Amino acid sequence: MNSAPWIILFSPLVAAALIAVATQPFKKLSSYLSVAAVAISFLFSLTLFGGPDQDGSFNWIDLGVFQVRLGYLIDGFSKMMLLVVTGVGFLIHVYSIGYMHDDRGRSRYFAGLSLFMFSMLGIVLANNFIMMFIFWELVGVSSYILIGHWFDRPSAADAANKALIVNRIGDFGFMLGILMVWSASGTVMFGELSSKWSTLGLGATYATIAALMIFCGAVGKSAQFPLHVWLPDAMEGPTPVSALIHAATMVAAGVYMLARVYFLFAGSAAALTVVLWIGLITSLLAALMATQQSDIKRVLAYSTLSQLGLMVSAIGLGVPVSALFHLFTHAFFKALLFLGAGSVIHSLHNEQNMWQMGGLRRKMPLTFWTFLIGTLALSGCPPLAGFWSKDGIVAAAFAHNGFAGLVISVINFFTAFYMMRLFVVSFLGTARSEAADHAHESPPVMTVPLVLLAIPSLIAGFPPIEHIFFPNAGAEEPSIGAIAVSLAVFIGGIAAGFVLYRGKTSDPVSVPLFANRFYIDQFYSVLVKWTQDALARVAAFIDRWVIDGGIVRGLGGTTWGFGFALRFLQIGNLQAYAFLFGFGVVLLLYLILFAT
Amino acid sequence: MATLNDYLLASGLLFTVGFAGVLLRRNLIVIFMALELMLNAANLSLVGFSRFHTQAGLPDYNAQVLVFFIITVAAAEVAVGLAVIVALYRAKQTTHIEDLNSLKF
Repeated sequence: MNSAPWIILFSPLVAAALIAVATQPFKKLSSYLSVAAVAISFLFSLTLFGGPDQDGSFNWIDLGVFQVRLGYLIDGFSKMMLLVVTGVGFLIHVYSIGYMHDDRGRSRYFAGLSLFMFSMLGIVLANNFIMMFIFWELVGVSSYILIGHWFDRPSAADAANKALIVNRIGDFGFMLGILMVWSASGTVMFGELSSKWSTLGLGATYATIAALMIFCGAVGKSAQFPLHVWLPDAMEGPTPVSALIHAATMVAAGVYMLARVYFLFAGSAAALTVVLWIGLITSLLAALMATQQSDIKRVLAYSTLSQLGLMVSAIGLGVPVSALFHLFTHAFFKALLFLGAGSVIHSLHNEQNMWQMGGLRRKMPLTFWTFLIGTLALSGCPPLAGFWSKDGIVAAAFAHNGFAGLVISVINFFTAFYMMRLFVVSFLGTARSEAADHAHESPPVMTVPLVLLAIPSLIAGFPPIEHIFFPNAGAEEPSIGAIAVSLAVFIGGIAAGFVLYRGKTSDPVSVPLFANRFYIDQFYSVLVKWTQDALARVAAFIDRWVIDGGIVRGLGGTTWGFGFALRFLQIGNLQAYAFLFGFGVVLLLYLILFAT
Repeated sequence: MATLNDYLLASGLLFTVGFAGVLLRRNLIVIFMALELMLNAANLSLVGFSRFHTQAGLPDYNAQVLVFFIITVAAAEVAVGLAVIVALYRAKQTTHIEDLNSLKF
């Protein structure tokens, strides 16, 4: 067994433990420890990337029929993910040193980041469902800690709760799915399952339900409709957290898991169709919502939702490699965009409303240019990263399902539109507030990561680079038609956003439906309230009439009644007792001797 | 020659007299004596059975052993019972059963 994967996995955990136990009061040391841990993980990931595929594990729990193994599976997917998670993670850790410089809870923050890295790397390395599920839950916990970092703000505490609870719903389905897979095949190891699953001869219904249950986990973690509501609220966390967890890594875990266990879906057309449409619905709704948000981080949050929807729909189209390719490029430019937004927010003293910004081009040149690269990459501008990865999905969509291709094109149009809107409103024009007027460029510890992220955002999509990370890619030949549509959509979206928002001081378009996120949150709170009231009423009825009335009062009342009746026999006359006793004996004798 | 039925008849009569005494007499001491009468009625029937249930020409001694046990237990019971009655008399200055009825609803 190779030790490199274990070093990658455990070095952040060691850092988190050290910070929690020893270096809590020394904030600087804590942050360096955390950064060093992720740097070690990154270096070992690099060595693994050059090495061969491998699979190693040891027995953790052995109950005869049921074995839980802990192990790692190093293949193309996990090599790529390891580099993305540790690489982007490293830059975000460095950036955090600058961004969280004045925060009192810095040690706690870095311990949380390290714990998160440990959990995320566990998901990436896992070679079986049980281990993946354990780290899956750990990711949920650490994201709870990080979203609620500023727990003295009620909105942050609520957002952390919401993220955890909504994720639990998906995770419950995930667990049922794992149980279904295990009871059908008797194993949870990915390697064994992938060769065994299609030969089990399962009923189509069972296979579909098992696959969809597994998909539930991804719906929760990757924030797909209808469990997408937690992700925008999770923006209450510090901005680097949003970049790390809610853009580049954690939400990508769902897509990664789907690609990992794609063999479960491959045999079931129904499951794939559901996955496709859940992805498309999420993507379209989120893109529409993003067009009407005024909080810079929320626009990016909805854009993340939308891109995750695209990745999920790529899984549904049967091209998991394209999904992972988009995940790969998206991790870079979305982390870049979030960190850029963080840089703006930091220098504007926590101003997040983009209508209070403007005129930042000269004041924050590095942030401006890197943000522009991120915007263009996300919008699908050739030849930046997003163009190539989106193109794979668009081409697959047009090849398999023309209508899906149409929907994806609409989504891409809106993506370009809202990103241009965000860019024009935040950075161009004139300063629209005092804070924006006095903005200044962020320190190098924050801008260097931006530059380093801008490089892969520019070049990560080129086919030669794609082939380094995805040696088996290229199943879909890029079609001229798909590229033409993508280009037209990109230019249309950019132009519409630019023309509509250039020089405006307030939003010229108002669509309350989009601004209010299709009233899904309101609908959920009504639904939750209604269900809870109904359940509470039933529970109150049972408590009052069955438990209190029937069991407690019933038992007491019966005992009391018997006692009340029997005490009339206690007359205090000894001879009456003797007579009754004698009478009883005679009666018994009569019954025994003569009554048979 | 007396038969088993004669013994049982005598025993039954004794038992009835004892039980009637328990039910009808008012003095605790007399009721106690009547109780002893019932015990000895049972002894009489046991001895009768022993005498008429021969095994290899000998009476069944198991019943007679049982009788000795009953006599022993009865002696002990009398000691306890009389002590209780004495204690009761000291407390209430009476052994009349109709005055001893405080344990009732």
